[in-house]
Amino acid sequence: MSFTLESGVPTGPIENSWNDYRQNSLKVVNPANKRKYNVIVVGTGLAGASACATLAELGYNVMAFSFHDSPRRAHSIAAQGGINAAKNYQNDGDSVWRLFYDTVKGGDFRAREQNVYRLAQVSVDIIDHCVAQGVPFARDYGGLLANRSFGGALVSRTFYAQGQTGQQLLLGAYQALSKEIHSGKVKMHTRRELLDVVLVDGHCKGIMVRNLVTGQIERYAADCVVLATGGYGNVFYLSTNARKSNVTATYRAYRRGAGFANPCFTQIHPTCIPVAGDHQSKLTLMSESLRNDGRVWVPKQAGDRRSPKDIPEGERDYYLERIYPTFGNLVPRDVASRAAKRMCDDGHSALAHTNAVYLDFGDAVKRLGKDGVKDRYGNLFEMYERITGDSPYETAMRIYPASHYTMGGLWVDYNLQTTIPGLFAIGEANFSDHGANRLGASALMQGLADGYFVLPYTIGDYLAEAKPGNDDTTHAAFNDVENEVKAKIDKLLSINGKKSADSVHRKVGKLIWDKCGMSRNREGLEEALRVLPELKQEFWTEVNVPGSHSNLNLALEKAGRVADFIDFAEIMVRDALTREESCGAHFREEYQHADGEARRDDENYQHGAIWEFTGDGNVPNRHQEQLEFKYVPPSTRSYK
Amino acid sequence: MKVTLRVWRQSGSDSSGEFKEYPAEVIEDMSFLEVLDVINEDLTAKGEEPIAFEHDCREGICGSCGAMVNGRAHGPGDRSALCQVHMRQFQHGDMIVVEPWRAEAFPVLKDLVVDRSAFDDVIQAGGYISVRTGSAPDANALPIGKPTSDEAFNYAACIGCGACVAACPNASASLFTAAKVSHLNGLPQGQVERAARTVRMVQVMDESGFGGCTNHGECAAVCPKGIPLKAIARMNRDLVFAKVTGADSDAAAK
Repeated sequence: MSFTLESGVPTGPIENSWNDYRQNSLKVVNPANKRKYNVIVVGTGLAGASACATLAELGYNVMAFSFHDSPRRAHSIAAQGGINAAKNYQNDGDSVWRLFYDTVKGGDFRAREQNVYRLAQVSVDIIDHCVAQGVPFARDYGGLLANRSFGGALVSRTFYAQGQTGQQLLLGAYQALSKEIHSGKVKMHTRRELLDVVLVDGHCKGIMVRNLVTGQIERYAADCVVLATGGYGNVFYLSTNARKSNVTATYRAYRRGAGFANPCFTQIHPTCIPVAGDHQSKLTLMSESLRNDGRVWVPKQAGDRRSPKDIPEGERDYYLERIYPTFGNLVPRDVASRAAKRMCDDGHSALAHTNAVYLDFGDAVKRLGKDGVKDRYGNLFEMYERITGDSPYETAMRIYPASHYTMGGLWVDYNLQTTIPGLFAIGEANFSDHGANRLGASALMQGLADGYFVLPYTIGDYLAEAKPGNDDTTHAAFNDVENEVKAKIDKLLSINGKKSADSVHRKVGKLIWDKCGMSRNREGLEEALRVLPELKQEFWTEVNVPGSHSNLNLALEKAGRVADFIDFAEIMVRDALTREESCGAHFREEYQHADGEARRDDENYQHGAIWEFTGDGNVPNRHQEQLEFKYVPPSTRSYK
Repeated sequence: MKVTLRVWRQSGSDSSGEFKEYPAEVIEDMSFLEVLDVINEDLTAKGEEPIAFEHDCREGICGSCGAMVNGRAHGPGDRSALCQVHMRQFQHGDMIVVEPWRAEAFPVLKDLVVDRSAFDDVIQAGGYISVRTGSAPDANALPIGKPTSDEAFNYAACIGCGACVAACPNASASLFTAAKVSHLNGLPQGQVERAARTVRMVQVMDESGFGGCTNHGECAAVCPKGIPLKAIARMNRDLVFAKVTGADSDAAAK
């Protein structure tokens, strides 16, 4: 088994590439033929729901799958802050070029220029479309759309709906999907979890899912398959991801031959509510938008445990403003996270029992008044107070970084196709546009760009060459895959130990957070590689999965996901170990400048690292996709 | 502190259920769902089936979680989904009764998990603005007054959890349906389909086994997002308008 990595990016002038490519290179399926093709879409978050709706509008027959009870529940719904678009409605000099430039630079020169440019171009169409759908974005009193700023940008290009932008955009896509379910063009299958993809003659032609209510293993066949199954941030156990978000779909595709790109590029979000105790089940994000008006600081004196109100101005270190005067509190996420970690490592934590820094709205309340602050952040402040019992209007928030988003994902070409023909990956599930670090408000942009405006064109290029109407689930490949997934379920149910899957997941998460989290080094990564097999052994001998396979069994669902997380963690660690440089969210302690800033190595690592599965127990192959920068010459990313 | 949870256990839709008691040692900072986690971890270790309950984001936005806690939908919190309720809202020694949503249109699947797909049916009947991808005009071509936009947002904030149905003595889905009707019907983009949308959504709501609204207001009292009762008035007004103008026959034709 082996694959070649042909990104297929157009080579002409970047400003016209996507248009030229659509007009001259992409094959088109004629409208009468589109209705002969069957497409499977797994996952109905922003990327999946928008793709389903648009493919159905074009005439394709879509089968959509979600493990939720309703497509409206996907984790996209929890995105708070906003969505970027190069509209330049603020007349502050924004442009497609500037959004492209910021995103390439923000990603620390580890993303494809052509992909990012396309993303910036379609960003403007997304806003138009969502407004037409009735998404209630924030507006000024004149009735026009409002914007705010996010980290890594010097312009205001972020559109938002209070602190619930993801919810409103997802509901827009969900409603568009609902319309197509009503019209009969989409057949929606809820409460189905993908357990594997099925390849026929090297092409992805179907999926194997578990009906989560009846426990039945079900087969579905189509002309191609789209994975929109999100990221793997829950590998850390504690993260801001929803509890059900998992790596199984993309990891299973990897085992069938899809290359997994840059798994070590995981984003740690700087502003989350700190860990409160061992019982903690998840971490809650506080939107990056808070850094528009909140000021980040720690006590100058290490170990100063006075209430923040009692620490006078002169004894506070506004370290982001001090170290990065140009961007100040709005430095990109990786920079802000590492700075917080350094402050706490040096003893300046705001809390005794756990790490935290202050995010202070005292000045904002003075400047805007309490009502002004409430208008911008009211629901976030409420959420914070509900969890911690403190009011941010009165007392500075305490925050600390947490796992939030994964830039890594299935490798895809310019058409968003993985190394398996007929298998596409969109949204957070792929690795495409964010390089080594994603800028705030760009995840919603990328998910919707893929689903509404990219995949619906590029999928035709594959389908035009495929014989339409595949619905054959009797091929021997389906039998083989079904036997494998059933064997795994039987094995899980027969371990009969004493521990919950969660308890092992917690250990794996802590190991990966400590050794492969905000900063990494060779020694720690090698130790993780030694310990992971022990945890895998512990899982497969000591876990207990009660209940049966033939009904609703949440313990079984959870155990299957944890098993895949453990195996996946190994590729993540290997990726971090073999990338001997610091770039974006990947910070190797051995590779830093004297001032503690990341030292990138363009000579040796200006590439994507793509992992190929070579069988259980074997070290996977590492492939490289060399990146070229013709338009934004790589520079040291400075936010000072 | 020590509390005892008295939880409804039911192995499947067709089986009968019963209450079972689970004592738990908790701390004030724990969320309510984390207490269920702790009980489940304990049950798993003993080889018993954990309590099935829906949850995902655990920050009050996905709408997955929900249960009747001491007879109140989502428990004692104000404008909170169940995942946002913390144990500091209870006392040492409390007996806490936990039951699934009870409504004919929401059959119990297992323990605290119910089937809320009737909500999706209501949205599919017309809870959208029909716009083909790629055909929209510039977003600022149509200014929308801030009050109009803000009001639409307040209705659109619904998380589809089902608390309104569970709290209603008639198990009516009027607040849920009206929230979407009011969100879309209040915006200029939503005017073209306004009458047809209202008629079709109300029709499917009625067909799905939900009861009618008799203005108890329990729904708005427990809504985690504070969707106001006036949404229902607005929906009924648009419904009457559609009937009077004959738009309901157009809707039926769709």
